[in-house]
Amino acid sequence: MGALDFFAGFKLTFQHLSRPTVTTSYPKSKRPKQPRQHGRHVLNRYEDGMEKCIGCELCAGVCPVNCIYVRGLDNPPDHPVSPGERYGYIYEINYLRCIHCDLCVEACPTQAITESKMFEFSFTNRADAIYTKAELLVDDQGFPQRLPWEDWREGEAAMTGGWMRATSPNGAAAYEGVVQWTADLGAGVRAAEAGQSGVRDDEATGSKQIRNIFPKHLEPEDVPLQFRGLPGKLNEIRAKVRRRKREDKS
Amino acid sequence: MSWLAVTDPLFNHGVDFAVIVIVIVKCLAGLGLLMTSVIVMIWFERKVISDMQSRIGPQRWGPFGLLQTLADGLKLILKEDLIPSEADRTIFMLAPFLVLVPAIITFGLVPIGGEMTIAGHRVLLQVANPPMGILLLLAMSGISVYGVMLAGWSSGSKYPLLSSVRASAQMISYEAALGMTIVTVVLVTGSLSVHNIVTSQSHGVWHWNLIRLGVVPFVVFVIAITAELNRPPFDVVEAESELVGGFHTEYSSFRFAIFFLAEYMNTITMSAIIVTLFLGGPAGWAPDVAHLKWLFPIAWFLVKTIGFAFCYVWFRASLPRFRYDQVMDLGWKRLIPLSLGWMLIVAGFLVAKGWGFMMGAVVLVSYSVLTRAFSLGQTREVGPDSVLPIVGERPLPGDVLREMTDEESD
Repeated sequence: MGALDFFAGFKLTFQHLSRPTVTTSYPKSKRPKQPRQHGRHVLNRYEDGMEKCIGCELCAGVCPVNCIYVRGLDNPPDHPVSPGERYGYIYEINYLRCIHCDLCVEACPTQAITESKMFEFSFTNRADAIYTKAELLVDDQGFPQRLPWEDWREGEAAMTGGWMRATSPNGAAAYEGVVQWTADLGAGVRAAEAGQSGVRDDEATGSKQIRNIFPKHLEPEDVPLQFRGLPGKLNEIRAKVRRRKREDKS
Repeated sequence: MSWLAVTDPLFNHGVDFAVIVIVIVKCLAGLGLLMTSVIVMIWFERKVISDMQSRIGPQRWGPFGLLQTLADGLKLILKEDLIPSEADRTIFMLAPFLVLVPAIITFGLVPIGGEMTIAGHRVLLQVANPPMGILLLLAMSGISVYGVMLAGWSSGSKYPLLSSVRASAQMISYEAALGMTIVTVVLVTGSLSVHNIVTSQSHGVWHWNLIRLGVVPFVVFVIAITAELNRPPFDVVEAESELVGGFHTEYSSFRFAIFFLAEYMNTITMSAIIVTLFLGGPAGWAPDVAHLKWLFPIAWFLVKTIGFAFCYVWFRASLPRFRYDQVMDLGWKRLIPLSLGWMLIVAGFLVAKGWGFMMGAVVLVSYSVLTRAFSLGQTREVGPDSVLPIVGERPLPGDVLREMTDEESD
């Protein structure tokens, strides 16, 4: 075995020839985002188009780097902007300061502010780094505005505020999948993130692509059981059939 | 011109205009082939090694990134050509060409295919076939050591100097093993001409030197030539973690491009030389059809050479770099005795069977003596009481250093 051990390295590198690449050709294509990726913020709206922000300034208060500036104003009685008493009259985020810690998202009582998965945006002067409400607010279809200096790709706008949908935070399985948030304009009530009970709706939570990509790079014994060998293939087919059925229904 | 005809049938009927044209065309074709293959080789290496590391590799320029090398070359040429003020200018400028020219000349010795008939002349598909061909190969690899050494020395910088010292030591020590394996090849062929070496192997796989000589010379040759090329795992010369960039640290722009070019030329040429010496060169099955008859040997040659080029890339992807003393150990303690012993045995068998067995016995005895000597040497303690004195001295003490630096600052 000793002599053959020397060639084990050669065997490994040779095997890698046929394995899929880990890297992507970056500006052309991107790696799938993690479901809880923190990117540029969005200000959400209710399904009737009303703004969710009530101008409570909790986000500004909790922000560790003081990058959020909010001013609330009483809703005008004849054409209210938000369903509450007040609305966010001014809402500004300075992205030269923001560290994308998502504390604002945690603090928000109405799920008005969440984060998309888009992190590639650039500006050439300081004033441009301050996003105003006009830029942060979702458009009439409920999607984040695709500003010309931002690099939006497929899936980056789909699952805003991923971590928020992780339910049962204290580990109590009873709360798994319990929806505690309001519906968004366009997307409706978003699905809860899959817990540990093994029933995953990866597609609904945005973690499907990641799950598909990673097992291929693992050593055989590291691949999760449901992806291993022939049963893994069967599972894949089953998942495909399930997805087809779902698509047919909708 | 009759002495030319001994080795090259092109000159059988004297030299006329057509012959001159053919020679020029052969030279240009050889150079063109070498240049294109360098471009492809660099791309091939980067692509294969990135595949082995689960990366994508070059992909921006041309289909599959094929033009990446051209883009890199263009970039290098457009960069500023720096010559350090401490450098020895003449030698600094000469050194890259001392590496490049031998690389090109060596490729001229390689038979790429069999024979062709053009305008009634029998043409060898080989740029030149000098009678002492294989010696020219050794001479050229000897000269390219000068290029590397002078490049490092003339840079007037310490890391390149260290690198060039390593390079010359390494290349010279492996040249011995290289030379002796070539001698075994020459012994069975009975000729120094590269064409004859190839034709003597053309009667089938069992006549290839790889099998005819036993596999040992082939293995020794592959290892020695990898060291000769300064390619991984023998790239102590360019060990980035130790020596910045190696002997060409101070080189930039086009001069650096030449070093780079020569390195890859040598890789290709040496793959071709291995194929020529041990795998029968263009030998292989060919159909008995007029045009395919000369096309197939070329294809065989290319396939074999690409196979070896792949092996070099594979080595690079798989093997960690040797420590410098390991390089020297392998060269002097393993490869040289091995190749020398094997050469004696082969020579003995070529004379008579009895001589062969006797040589084998002699070699075995001397190996056991050597092994004993090496094991004694390994456990030798170097200290004040030891018989052998310590080689070299400790680095300069602080006072002397301070004096030197004080002088400089004045």
